[in-house]
Amino acid sequence: MRFFVSVIHDKANSGTPEEMAAIDAFNETLVAGGHWVFAGGLAGPDTATVIDGRDGPALFTDGPFVETKEFVAGFWVWEAPDLDVALKLAAAGSQACNRRLEVRPFL
Amino acid sequence: MNAAAAVARTHREQWAWIVATLTKRFGDLDIAEEAAADAFATAVEKWPADGVPPNPGAWLTTTATRKAIDRIRREGKRDDKQRESLMLHDDTPPEPTGAIDDERLRLFFTCCHPALAPESRVALTLRMVGGLTVPEIARAFLVRETAMEQRITRAKAKIKANRIPYRVPAAEDLPVRLSGVLAVLFLVFNEGYLATGPGTDPVRRELTGEAIRLTRLIRALMPGDGEVAGLLALMLLTEARHTARVSAGGELVTLTDQDRGAWDTALIAEGHRLVRERLATGEAPGRYQVLAAINAVHTSARDVRDTDWSQIVALYDQLVRLDPSPIVALNRAVAVAELDGPDVALAAVDRLSGKLAGYHAFHATRADLLRRLGRGPEARAAYDQAITLAGNTAETAYLTRRRDQLATR
Repeated sequence: MRFFVSVIHDKANSGTPEEMAAIDAFNETLVAGGHWVFAGGLAGPDTATVIDGRDGPALFTDGPFVETKEFVAGFWVWEAPDLDVALKLAAAGSQACNRRLEVRPFL
Repeated sequence: MNAAAAVARTHREQWAWIVATLTKRFGDLDIAEEAAADAFATAVEKWPADGVPPNPGAWLTTTATRKAIDRIRREGKRDDKQRESLMLHDDTPPEPTGAIDDERLRLFFTCCHPALAPESRVALTLRMVGGLTVPEIARAFLVRETAMEQRITRAKAKIKANRIPYRVPAAEDLPVRLSGVLAVLFLVFNEGYLATGPGTDPVRRELTGEAIRLTRLIRALMPGDGEVAGLLALMLLTEARHTARVSAGGELVTLTDQDRGAWDTALIAEGHRLVRERLATGEAPGRYQVLAAINAVHTSARDVRDTDWSQIVALYDQLVRLDPSPIVALNRAVAVAELDGPDVALAAVDRLSGKLAGYHAFHATRADLLRRLGRGPEARAAYDQAITLAGNTAETAYLTRRRDQLATR
């Protein structure tokens, strides 16, 4: 089953060289363990555009859909048999990137 | 034995095993719980007329299994391949004891998974392992029934969505996960022993009794674990004092003033036996074992004046090293007051004011020490703060009387 792992932070693209190196090393263990599916860092919420096309012509709004101090700064998609495996990976991942993580299963 | 008593007894002894067996087979807590409840309802209906079956547990498991299969069919889940294959299994004969115990352990660890909120772990454990009904659990924690139902449903949905595994954790994860299970049991016990609601009895024996029953169960499942034994001993030695702890007028009676003749000698003997058993192993004790040892010293004294306070302070020193929390430091100070005097204790208590300002026992302890030092006005102010923060009706009554005694002097 797949898990969506959000990296929670209050700044975008702010990894230090040490953090980036630790993340690279962690990613290699993900690949080696067969857990790697996809990952990416995201530009800050100030770059977001919200689109609402529910009532006819789409309405475009500048900014994120919700204003918070912390936001999703990046994410992984992992393949893991159950939550215990995902939580173990997340503990190592949080340490590697020095950020909090949120783990949620795909439906 | 009449049918009603047989149902009650089987419920008490076999509920967790039936739920665990069904969970393993169907991979779904929801189905297992509902089918087990259905089977017991059927027993209530049938046993008075048909007689109690020779093996009540097996009868209930078979009935519950049929109910579960009926429910899966009814809900049209036949497209679910995993469940389909499970349904094709024959009714498995009762498994040997080792495997059964393993099933109930899995249930414990699943209900106390760290990804669940602590209040959900408590609720789920009481429902799935303890067999309490949702209204019973809601009443126990003063929550509306619908809210409790939602809490349990949400926890079960999270387990399913995340495929939280139904297994006993691997050896390397076991100590951490077990401490979570014990924390849940201790939480249930404490809520029973010092109930926090303004409208509840000060001691809720249905909760302390359930906590002890479940701790006995986990002790039977993990007999070699020192902290499990320690927690059970701690609960027994605490429960042994319950009748002496609240006066006829509904007021808390402190350990010093309790009628020691009213203590339950059987529970004390069992608690002492467990503490001695742990001491004999020579293994380094954990938090619950040290707490149990402290209670063993208290309950060994026939008269409060015979209490070995130096041993109690030494045990608290050991506890501070294991658990350097301000609450442990506060309890240590209470023992220090008896050994070194209230002035020494007050200095230690005052150092905790930053961390414990919102904790009723901090102010109650300060109030008592200030009273003993003859500092009336300060004691009165501390009693006032303790009364504002205390949630237990018997404790509030006790603190109020103490404060008012000061006022009349």
